[in-house]
Amino acid sequence: MFKKILIANRGEIAVRVIRACHEMGIAAVAVYSDVDRASLHVRKADEAYPIGAAAASESYLNIQKILDVAARSRADAIHPGYGFLSENARFARACADAGVKFIGPTAAAMEAMGSKTKARQAMERAGVPLVPGTSRGLESFEQAQEVAARIGYPVMLKAAAGGGGKGMRLVHAPEDLRSALEGARSEAERSFGDGEVYIEKAIINPRHIEMQVLADEHGNTIYLGERECSLQRRHQKVVEEAPSPIVDADMRRRMGEVAVRVAQTAGYTNAGTVEFLVDEKKNFYFLEMNTRLQVEHPVTELVTGFDLVHLQIRIATGERLPFTQEQVMIRGHAIECRIYAEDPDNNYFPSPGKITLLLAPSGPGIRRDSGMYEGWTVPMDYDPLLAKLIGYGTDRQQAISRLTRALNEYFVGGIKTNISLFRRILNDPDFCAAKIDTGFLDRLLKKKQAEAAADPRAIEVAAIAAGIFAVLGSAAAGVGEGGVANSSADSEPHASNWKAAARKEAMR
Amino acid sequence: MIYDITIDGKNHRLELNRMEGLWSCRLDGREVEVDAVLARPDVLSLRIGNLAYEVKRELVAGEMHLWVGSERFAAEVRDPRSMRGRVRVVDDHGPKKLTAPMPGKIVRVLVSQGDQVEAGGGVLVMEAMKMQNEIKSPKKGTIQKILVSAGDAVNAGDVLAIVE
Repeated sequence: MFKKILIANRGEIAVRVIRACHEMGIAAVAVYSDVDRASLHVRKADEAYPIGAAAASESYLNIQKILDVAARSRADAIHPGYGFLSENARFARACADAGVKFIGPTAAAMEAMGSKTKARQAMERAGVPLVPGTSRGLESFEQAQEVAARIGYPVMLKAAAGGGGKGMRLVHAPEDLRSALEGARSEAERSFGDGEVYIEKAIINPRHIEMQVLADEHGNTIYLGERECSLQRRHQKVVEEAPSPIVDADMRRRMGEVAVRVAQTAGYTNAGTVEFLVDEKKNFYFLEMNTRLQVEHPVTELVTGFDLVHLQIRIATGERLPFTQEQVMIRGHAIECRIYAEDPDNNYFPSPGKITLLLAPSGPGIRRDSGMYEGWTVPMDYDPLLAKLIGYGTDRQQAISRLTRALNEYFVGGIKTNISLFRRILNDPDFCAAKIDTGFLDRLLKKKQAEAAADPRAIEVAAIAAGIFAVLGSAAAGVGEGGVANSSADSEPHASNWKAAARKEAMR
Repeated sequence: MIYDITIDGKNHRLELNRMEGLWSCRLDGREVEVDAVLARPDVLSLRIGNLAYEVKRELVAGEMHLWVGSERFAAEVRDPRSMRGRVRVVDDHGPKKLTAPMPGKIVRVLVSQGDQVEAGGGVLVMEAMKMQNEIKSPKKGTIQKILVSAGDAVNAGDVLAIVE
């Protein structure tokens, strides 16, 4: 077993991996950029090393700096988390060359899955169901025209090196094809330095369902059930759940077997996710494979009872999978909300800043994976994911009601978060009836929110509270403006006698 | 103590006194039975009659918001005996400054000096936390001045442009 693991990441996922290390008696090494010295992952780690400026290219994406820290700290292994270097084959190879174990698949497996066209070709050979289209880059506009006519409009143009919706174009009619192809090519060239674009039949408002797989280094590969990830905004997932409300045992087995075949074709090891598009008739098509731990892995952990990070670490040490496919049981239902620092009233604009008040939910069926704390200033330099709130119940309805209850307990003051969006989603009749697809969230956001008149009783409560806060003065102030953390009466010589008296009363 | 309190733009008069730990309270002339405990800084546990509430306070950029459950109210408190803290008048006339809502980088400037813009029309695109967003004009008018260009780093509150 490893004695020390370096976590090449930040935020909630770094904290998540540090916790797993400590549970397994392994020392955890954090790395941090200049703006992350006060971040939670540094506080939780056993050792912490600065790795440079805020810009990710200077720190969390800098392979050499991270390997230098691995050498200095004598770490046995590196866990990359998600994002940053997690799917970088060059990094995986550099780790192997430096004699430090990369907790994830091999560089070769990543490369096999990294290019979408190469992955498509391999999957075609393995007999994996694919969305009709080309498995090679388009050579000309004429070829695009011919293929589009054959598979039928609407079609989707996609960058071979793509991700996150970049280099993607939906084309409804032949006359739009030429400009869409040019647009997709130039965007792919700009974003990924690779202008290769291929074409697929567009499935309108599909469901996005993915299958978790685990493979050890002795040829055993299993699947841990699916996650429904159809709730997306700008191709970013917002709510995920397991199991999918439309997947029954038979469909799960068929999808799982395809996912295992995909992983084996790529020579895959460690944890990975095979993504599928699912149409209205429940036909599923291979989309791509994510060669890392996913943000939404906790929902799978809750319904299977397995700890994916523990298993990743055990697999990386060379252990065999400690259970068989037959021992994997799906029990209950889990739903995850991604809490972002963004302003729902201002088109979800990012909202970094100081967290002046944090009240966190707990209680039955609630798991919270968080990277924030009260008094911390959310930096503007990275992805605005603050925390994940996961609700678990014996069935979907109980998971929803527990999550709704927990969201009402959750309060993040000082910055804007999307917590109110989740109340809307969980309260939506279509969501509750599991009528969801990748167009769901856009439709919900377009719906004018019924401006409920404020509860007159709540207004009365607010007015009275405002007065009481005013009477209590600075004694009632937290870590935000106009308040000093841990302030005491003695430390404020300027406070008036009236305030001092009020404070004494308040503290009684 | 007497306070003039504005909640979401509506004014209320609150008389608050406390004797031996008990509050007496009149809201807009009406007697209200109140019991308050400061649970922790910025969090009040209130009993109004026998109904229990938790009220959270947020202070950001000089503005106060109070949350009652998941409802959020803009709140202002004035002591009518003091001259400070008179209500500000919102003025839509004259030049308006466009300020950066947060620190970030200017990606694109969408207009030129002298251009006409509609209220809510895009003026420039800012990037922060890997997200791009349009900064919109607060009013219909003419772009009088643009103070930044693409690539500039800006801080929250920096003036980006002026609309006349």
